[in-house]
Amino acid sequence: MALFARTPRAPLEYSRTLWMRLWVGTVMLFLYAPLFVLMIFSFNDSKRNVVWRGFTTKYYEKAFGNDQLVEALVNSLTIAALATVASLVLGAVAAVMLWRFRFPFKGVIDGAISLPIIVPEICLGVAFLMFFSAIDWPTDLIWPLNLGAITIAHITFCFPFVTMVVRSRLATFNREQEEAAKDLGANEWQVFRDVLIPHIKPALVAGALLSFTLSLDDFVITYFTSGPDTITFPVKVYSMVRFSVTPEVNAASTILIILTVILTAAALKFQGVKAIAETH
Amino acid sequence: MTDTARPIIQIQNVSKRFGKVTAVDDVSLDILAGEFFVLLGPSGCGKTTLLRMIAGFELPSEGKILIDGQDMVGIPPNKRPVNMVFQSYAVFPHMSVADNVAYGLKIAGVKGGEAKDRVAEALELVKLGGFETRMPDQMSGGQRQRVALARSLVMRPKVLLLDEPLSALDAKLRAQMQFELSELQEKVGITFVTVTHDQDEALSMACRIAVINKGDVAQLATPSDLYEYPANRFVADFVGSVNIFEGKLTLDDPDKAAVDCPGLGKVYLNHGVTGPHGADVWIALRPEKIYLHVPGEGKAVKAAAQDAPDGYNFARGKIKGMSYLGDITLFEIELESGARIRVSRPNLSRHDQEDFTWDDKVSMHWRADSPVVLLG
Repeated sequence: MALFARTPRAPLEYSRTLWMRLWVGTVMLFLYAPLFVLMIFSFNDSKRNVVWRGFTTKYYEKAFGNDQLVEALVNSLTIAALATVASLVLGAVAAVMLWRFRFPFKGVIDGAISLPIIVPEICLGVAFLMFFSAIDWPTDLIWPLNLGAITIAHITFCFPFVTMVVRSRLATFNREQEEAAKDLGANEWQVFRDVLIPHIKPALVAGALLSFTLSLDDFVITYFTSGPDTITFPVKVYSMVRFSVTPEVNAASTILIILTVILTAAALKFQGVKAIAETH
Repeated sequence: MTDTARPIIQIQNVSKRFGKVTAVDDVSLDILAGEFFVLLGPSGCGKTTLLRMIAGFELPSEGKILIDGQDMVGIPPNKRPVNMVFQSYAVFPHMSVADNVAYGLKIAGVKGGEAKDRVAEALELVKLGGFETRMPDQMSGGQRQRVALARSLVMRPKVLLLDEPLSALDAKLRAQMQFELSELQEKVGITFVTVTHDQDEALSMACRIAVINKGDVAQLATPSDLYEYPANRFVADFVGSVNIFEGKLTLDDPDKAAVDCPGLGKVYLNHGVTGPHGADVWIALRPEKIYLHVPGEGKAVKAAAQDAPDGYNFARGKIKGMSYLGDITLFEIELESGARIRVSRPNLSRHDQEDFTWDDKVSMHWRADSPVVLLG
């Protein structure tokens, strides 16, 4: 410690106190140790996943060679992409409507819109199962139409999150900007396109990220709405784990982790710094 | 100059009510083409509502507004020949300076070389040439305001509306912008209508000022008329600093008048006021129009003050408060009646501020044309 502490610690420089470093270290350990263990053991040359027996990448080959697993991953990514786009449109429109207009039962709708966040996932899952069987939702459609039920279910629990982040962003909107645009000749649509959308863009990116990751890793609701031909990645991993935890599961999970990290990093790099500067 | 007499904005019996609150109450006034018009009033007096009705962001509850002879009923803000500079400037944060200024032109379908030239011209006008690619968050408040100005001016509106344009700037910058705005207005020849609560701002920039009180026009006049000939106590008190004393009109001839004020004594004027005899009136006397003397100077004071036919304006008192402001010193003096009067005195030499101090006995005089008699 003394090696780095060349200047005396300033009153608010808590990052240079020992207890703070220990605290941060502990938090990091609890957060990331399980993930690193999982990733390291994906290279373990052993069928049982407990003792380290040497480095290998054969379980990655095996995972990529597992047609069912690849199909599940493709399904998951497709559902996530579709659910994200739909949630963005639905959620953003709902947020703008609630912010901009007055209409009957606004309070009720305002409260009801966040219900899918509050209601326990298991209840939602059962509800969807009963709903889809009650309306005789066709189960023998060709890909990707057979993913419809799961996608609809995912949209239901994703779009309230989009509405939430977009609304909090809208709360910081300066109405004079809207008036300024109108004053310069813009009509309602041009105001929306040129002023409002750029303002809520950071919230749209955040909402898209949230939706995508929520959809990608959802298990409970998907489990109730998926059929034999529409296995998603988390559901597939679960069924693999039921037999045995092989490094193949680790490898598949590692791929998923890396995929989400790359996506998040890309979104942040694309939008992050600039968006923060724009909010001022 | 014949053109200047033409009204560009006609406000006719306009009222605006928000629920039970009347923000603007039956206002009628004409704003002339090419003038710098200021709506002055305390906060909440309805001046901003009036401006927003001209821009089209609020609709009058009653009455109508004509711009360049055309009734504005049913015409939305984006179709009106006026542009507005907002209090928060409302510069679009996600667009560069050039894109901000070009926005209105883009909507209007002005493209290519012409748009480019007009943007450059507008930026030159507000002294922001070379700032085209800057983003608003890289600029100071004053610069952002110039962007907002250029963004409106580029549209070549018939009238430019400015909502408290200088309120967010610091004192030095505000003084500079007052001059620049006046200069700009003369250069482009567009009618400017500004809303402000700051009387200095109004006096320094305006051709004519409408003082608004409780949704109504208290007085419409040039800056000097407003200051020297206020029409009522509200205007006298709101524009500048003033001493007001209640009194009774005891003499009212064409060439002379006198008011008996319990607080100040008898006040003589060298002109008539054409008010009803014996009426309750108010005397308004500006602090800088009162001369301060040490009591010994009595004879000279008498001679100086003897400009009214029937007497001279004179009072005695004791200094109860002083504030040295550099260019002037403000005195608060307790009169023999117990009432207080404010007097300002220019510090013409470096040692002037040493002439008087707390609890000094002083005498005062003022010219017979200095007091203003107010009937309301």
